[in-house]
Amino acid sequence: MKNKIYLDYAATTPVDPRVVRAMIPYFSKNFANTMSLHGSGQEAKKSLDESRKLIADFIGAKTSEIIFTSSATESNNLVLKGIAFANKSRGNHIIISTIEHPCIMESAAWLEKQGFEISRLNVDQYGFVNLEELEKSIKKETILVSIMHANNEIGTIQPIKEIGKICKEKGVYFHTDAAQSLGKELIDVNKMNIDLLTASAHKLYGPKGVGLLFVKEGTRIEPLLHGGGHESGLRSSTCNVAGIVGFAKACEICKESMEKENKRLKKLRNRLIAGILDKIDDSFLNGHPTERLSNNVNVAFSFVEGESLLIQFDFLGVAVSTGSACSSKKLTPSHVLTAIGLKPHQIQGSLRFSLGRWTQDEDIDYILKVLPGIVEKLRKISPIRR
Amino acid sequence: MNYSKEVLEHFRNPHNVGKIENPDGIGKVGNMICGDVMWVYIKVKKNDKKEDVIQNIKFETFGCVAALATSSALTDLAKGKTLEKALNIKKDDVINSLGGLPSIKIHCSILAVDALSEAIYDYLFKKGKNIPEKLQLKHKKALKELEIIKEKNKEEK
Repeated sequence: MKNKIYLDYAATTPVDPRVVRAMIPYFSKNFANTMSLHGSGQEAKKSLDESRKLIADFIGAKTSEIIFTSSATESNNLVLKGIAFANKSRGNHIIISTIEHPCIMESAAWLEKQGFEISRLNVDQYGFVNLEELEKSIKKETILVSIMHANNEIGTIQPIKEIGKICKEKGVYFHTDAAQSLGKELIDVNKMNIDLLTASAHKLYGPKGVGLLFVKEGTRIEPLLHGGGHESGLRSSTCNVAGIVGFAKACEICKESMEKENKRLKKLRNRLIAGILDKIDDSFLNGHPTERLSNNVNVAFSFVEGESLLIQFDFLGVAVSTGSACSSKKLTPSHVLTAIGLKPHQIQGSLRFSLGRWTQDEDIDYILKVLPGIVEKLRKISPIRR
Repeated sequence: MNYSKEVLEHFRNPHNVGKIENPDGIGKVGNMICGDVMWVYIKVKKNDKKEDVIQNIKFETFGCVAALATSSALTDLAKGKTLEKALNIKKDDVINSLGGLPSIKIHCSILAVDALSEAIYDYLFKKGKNIPEKLQLKHKKALKELEIIKEKNKEEK
């Protein structure tokens, strides 16, 4: 069944029709391998280079510093494992936060099993890492700090520039996972003191299956995929030219429209938050009221469970997401909501609405119209009340 | 989540929702892993053969789609049954009546069956009747799980 109101843009976005149009020639017409020396191959190579240039400009990097991968997950795996193995002689200590995406958490846990030492920085009630704590955690064995730019669940935007500054002063690599923020927040890798940055095309109206890793010139990093030496030897695999062209087009659109679109989304976001808190008793906002992504709304409703809320919305054709334990494969509540100090029963009733390019005023009106009834219905069945 | 038509129908329009005033037995259970909570109320009457029969049953549940659907299906299965037969309702009876459950949600059906057992235990206990050993053991386990959930949700002052 197709949802008529899609409010799960943080999970993935539809590909913008302009992106699709840009990609189409690269499937059957210009399909050549960028490593081929013939004319078609060189033409494909040219498109690849142009895309790389466009994306590099978008984040203030050099073209030689952009490595294309298959996903943000791959990029994050490459950073943690690649930096760890290339810098073993310098140290074995890596710092992350407790609210990173599972691909960072799990890569770090795997490295721990290989003998590396991992520190996981706690966050406050809004999801911010403590800069003093970060500074204190960096020791002479520290080789990498990896802190996400904006959180995928609660939308909290970290003070990346300050974090980067601390890392720079201490002489450790700083990586940020910008999968949620690229295209929504301005990023300049030099001004923000970033050594490595992860992003993914499908979060900004590009295709799935394309990610990138910015690797600052001179960074010591080992590849995960060995082979034909693509992407400066850091990521062998035949290049996904159509996907990369799509990624570049998606960035180009964001670059042009970001400022205006952010204003529009923030207005919708704030209206949704205010409306929910006003209409529903015992509901509260997760994350920070202002230092959050322009499209993220994460609220919790006491005495009801998130999956039940989600399916009630689904019946009405609205697609949302939840951090409830019941909705997860491991039956564990969201690690992000746990990290900001919520109790299991508060996490159970959490719901994430993530807005996007096709979200309209009427969509917000509709949510605010049907939400009270949905919550009331489930609360009537619930034995837990105030 | 890939739910059956029956599960979604029970979820959409659950049967026997609510409280019973002055119930003969209440069963309160919780799942310590996911945090779901189920309360089952029963009213017991004698039938022609002088057997104890569940004349009325209602539930209140905090939980996911599967938790609500299994609660609803369980009350359908138990209504009108003798206590003896009601105690024999297995999780598979609940699952089958729902046309199956995703494997990760099987525990919800166990919770529903446990809630009924607890309500029957409560009735037998209040009436000073003989309680089967198996039911006593189940009761102890249920109390422990509720304790764990309470502990997890304790507000830190």
